[in-house]
Amino acid sequence: MKILTCPMNGPRNIDEFQSFGPVRAEPDPDRTADTDWSRHLFRAENRRGIVVEWWRHVPSNYFFLAERDLVTNEIIRTFDASERRAQS
Amino acid sequence: MPLRLLKYGLSRDYPVSGDIPAAPDLKPSYDVVIVGGGGHGLSCAHHLSKYHGIRSVAVIEKGYLAGGNTARNTTTIRSNYITPEGIAFYKEAVELFEGLSQELDFNVMFSQRGQLTLAHTEATLRSFHARAEMGKHLGTRTEVVDQKAVEELVPSLNMDHGGALEILGGLWHADGGTARHDAVAWGYAAQASRRGVEIHQRTEVEGFEVVGDRVQAVKTNRGRIACGQVLIATGGMNYDVALMAGVELPIRCYPLQAMVTQPLKPWLHTLVSSVSLHTYLVQSSRGEIVIGGGSDPYQLYSTRSTLDMKEHLAEGAVHLFPFLQGVRLLRQWAGITDMTPDYSPIMGASPLQNLWLDCGWGTWGFKATPVAGKRMAETIAKGRVPDILKPFALERFETFRLLNEMGATAASH
Repeated sequence: MKILTCPMNGPRNIDEFQSFGPVRAEPDPDRTADTDWSRHLFRAENRRGIVVEWWRHVPSNYFFLAERDLVTNEIIRTFDASERRAQS
Repeated sequence: MPLRLLKYGLSRDYPVSGDIPAAPDLKPSYDVVIVGGGGHGLSCAHHLSKYHGIRSVAVIEKGYLAGGNTARNTTTIRSNYITPEGIAFYKEAVELFEGLSQELDFNVMFSQRGQLTLAHTEATLRSFHARAEMGKHLGTRTEVVDQKAVEELVPSLNMDHGGALEILGGLWHADGGTARHDAVAWGYAAQASRRGVEIHQRTEVEGFEVVGDRVQAVKTNRGRIACGQVLIATGGMNYDVALMAGVELPIRCYPLQAMVTQPLKPWLHTLVSSVSLHTYLVQSSRGEIVIGGGSDPYQLYSTRSTLDMKEHLAEGAVHLFPFLQGVRLLRQWAGITDMTPDYSPIMGASPLQNLWLDCGWGTWGFKATPVAGKRMAETIAKGRVPDILKPFALERFETFRLLNEMGATAASH
């Protein structure tokens, strides 16, 4: 089975994890028009290439991020969400 | 025998006729360019040429005829959906399948043997009642049946009495059935090409020339084609192709895997699916048991197969029919599904005036091949969207009028 390396639990079978899809920009609720809400809700990144996605390790309920290639299915790296916050 | 065969083969009385003539060189322009030579595109070409007198049509296909999701789906035909809009649309799909062999003068091997969806929990049974009532209201044959009726419909089923996955009842859909996918595509292709439609295989779209709010031309690897109208019907490629025209569809692509066993004598006379096991089975006319389930659990553009999905499908199949345990798998494959947020297709207008969409067919497209082609042809010929397609418009995501069909089958959708 494909192995996903969890930042907290180490390498585990991928069926222990749940994908929550590509990271989306968080809209400002006070300024966002309906069309932008629609975009936020329904249009996720789907281009052929590398995406940053939310994943959860189900048994430990730990959410983290992974960079993955949507064509080759290579998991390039996984990291804790604090790293994303530090970047932005 | 060989001599007689040779004599027959060379006889003038029995000329060999290819169903689909070789395509000539691309013309500089067509009234309608259909992108995608799968069932949907070919069905649209047939309806345009037969019912709307539009014969300057080119169907352009990157690979070979019907080699994408038309070839990879598991050929379930049914109308037991959840929303009234969905049921009305798929009901027309089933009705068109009933007369399709006559329509195409080609045996599509439509077998209306009924579909039985199993409930292993009370909650599932309650959801079946809602679906059955909506189905009956709209004139489809959909009813909830009890344990005894399930046993009578499929005597070989493991009812798991007293077990964790006891079958409590089912949703019996007498209108459900199956057909030969290749024959559907070939039949449409043969009819369309007889009326002058050109089918260009190995012709890949590389971009669109968009001027203002119109597509002027389609750029392909074999040259530029000026076009009156364009239809996108490219299955798993819909997101990419629409994006070339600047249209970003609310689609995410997931692989969908399936497999067949070695051929067996006929024993499974209905389509059977299980909500809890995410598995469905149908016996093909060749005797193979076709086994399918839900899409892969995360986005991917790869038609690779995985052992874990195969194990999952095999586990479900063997639970329902324990005697399948010694049966060998013959083939397994995957296709790329273009999933929408509400598990309903996107049909009709795009932000561009002459670009039409037949997209978002996810895991539910084959059954709609006749009706999507018919209604999209009507849309293109008349320049307006018929009422039956209006609920499926791309705008529904901006007006938050979604058509939720999640849960309308045993699998992920």
